[in-house]
Amino acid sequence: MSVLDQRWELAPQVSVRPEAFGALIYHFGTRRLSFLKDRRLLAVVQGLGDAPTARQACARAGIGPSELRTYERALARLAETDMLRERVG
Amino acid sequence: MSVAVPLVEHFAHGLDAPICLTWELTYACNLACRHCLSSSGRRDPAELSTAEAKAVIDELERMQVFYVNIGGGEPTIRPDFWELVDYATAHHVGVKFSTNGVRITPEVAARLAASARGPGGVPRGGYVDVQISLDGATAEVNDAVRGEGSYAMAVRAMENLAAAGVVGFKLSVVCTRHNIGQLDAFQAIADRYGAQLRLTRLRPSGRGADVWGELHPTAAQQRQLYDWLLTHGERVLTGDSFFHLAGYGESLPGLNLCGAGRVVCLIDPVGDVYACPFAIHDAFRAGNVRDAGGFAGVWRGSALFRSLRGPQAAGACAACSAYDSCRGGCMAAKFFTGLPLDGPDPECVKGFGELGLSNVEPGSAPRPSLDHSRAGGSVVPVVLQRRRPDRACDENPLALVLR
Repeated sequence: MSVLDQRWELAPQVSVRPEAFGALIYHFGTRRLSFLKDRRLLAVVQGLGDAPTARQACARAGIGPSELRTYERALARLAETDMLRERVG
Repeated sequence: MSVAVPLVEHFAHGLDAPICLTWELTYACNLACRHCLSSSGRRDPAELSTAEAKAVIDELERMQVFYVNIGGGEPTIRPDFWELVDYATAHHVGVKFSTNGVRITPEVAARLAASARGPGGVPRGGYVDVQISLDGATAEVNDAVRGEGSYAMAVRAMENLAAAGVVGFKLSVVCTRHNIGQLDAFQAIADRYGAQLRLTRLRPSGRGADVWGELHPTAAQQRQLYDWLLTHGERVLTGDSFFHLAGYGESLPGLNLCGAGRVVCLIDPVGDVYACPFAIHDAFRAGNVRDAGGFAGVWRGSALFRSLRGPQAAGACAACSAYDSCRGGCMAAKFFTGLPLDGPDPECVKGFGELGLSNVEPGSAPRPSLDHSRAGGSVVPVVLQRRRPDRACDENPLALVLR
């Protein structure tokens, strides 16, 4: 299943700090710092917790079908590095 | 992760807050390392009080600075050290602190182990990481720089950490002419104690200015270090220390830019904010956390920081094919060796730094603005002291804590 069809939220140990270019995202458990390289990815990440699926969070952030692959990859990477966790319930 | 060029440009123009910053809590130190970049030894009577330090932490929390690198001096001999550490972690500011190991007793090690493995994992911001400084893989090499007995002190600290189950603490090494040949031995020490190796660059800052000529790696050793990092770089931390080596061809892991005043800075024990930990000099002083706007006001409004975030002249480096990767190297290293800021790094891999150094008139390089070295220590003539330490501080700082 694609990450786009799953329900996600920010992991509880993660902080997001918006910046002009996008955002910094930091995991206090792994001590890993990553960069959200544009403001729309920030909007997607911020919207994950309220959206039924990541795909919908992307749609709400104005990500068009042609760009979806890029954002899917970005979200998959964030999930792999424990920045995101699957939401239950 | 790999960082695309446009992102680096954003960093070069500065962020709303530092990614992290170095915070030296005290100039007091039980050691008198010959290359100390903050010329530490005696406490400064104007050091931030506990309340002032907590106010800084409040600001860092508001600015979402994820963590601070606490150093000194020897930070653990501040009587309120643990109080400040607890305050920071309770306010979502992670703590990484550097120590020579003097206070890393079995009890402290147990405490650090508990902090790293709290129930349900580490809460947001609630971590304390420790970094033990060691500049030789043998007592002979280490103690020649850090002082008699300092190797044994660091080893005892690492034994205590390992015995308490602290995994992945850092073993931090400043690379010198005498220890470049010991890189594998350092890795073996780190492995023995379950630590992670961290290598950083020797800077001609503080007392380091006086020994840099004799201690900095030779050109051949720099190449050796670069090759070693390319092979082992995934396991080893460098704090982005060696971006000037990118001129050899391949970038080492990290942002590979000078973050001074852009993504990092230094707060010194008296609250002065400098562009970076290696630039304790009035020329790089941006303000003080006691100023009306606090730390945030300095970070956002300082004329110095604004200029660092503007376009930088490549100067003599403009025509060099390596400039895009090394960006002229380290500002502080140039400054304290008397080289122009818009020219090559003194350790330029193309050799242009050596050429430049041969034209610097001996004694003409700027001297550090502050010196807290203890009388009778190795070192440095006192140049200019803006604040006169009181007599009470002119003793071994450990005594202050034991009282």
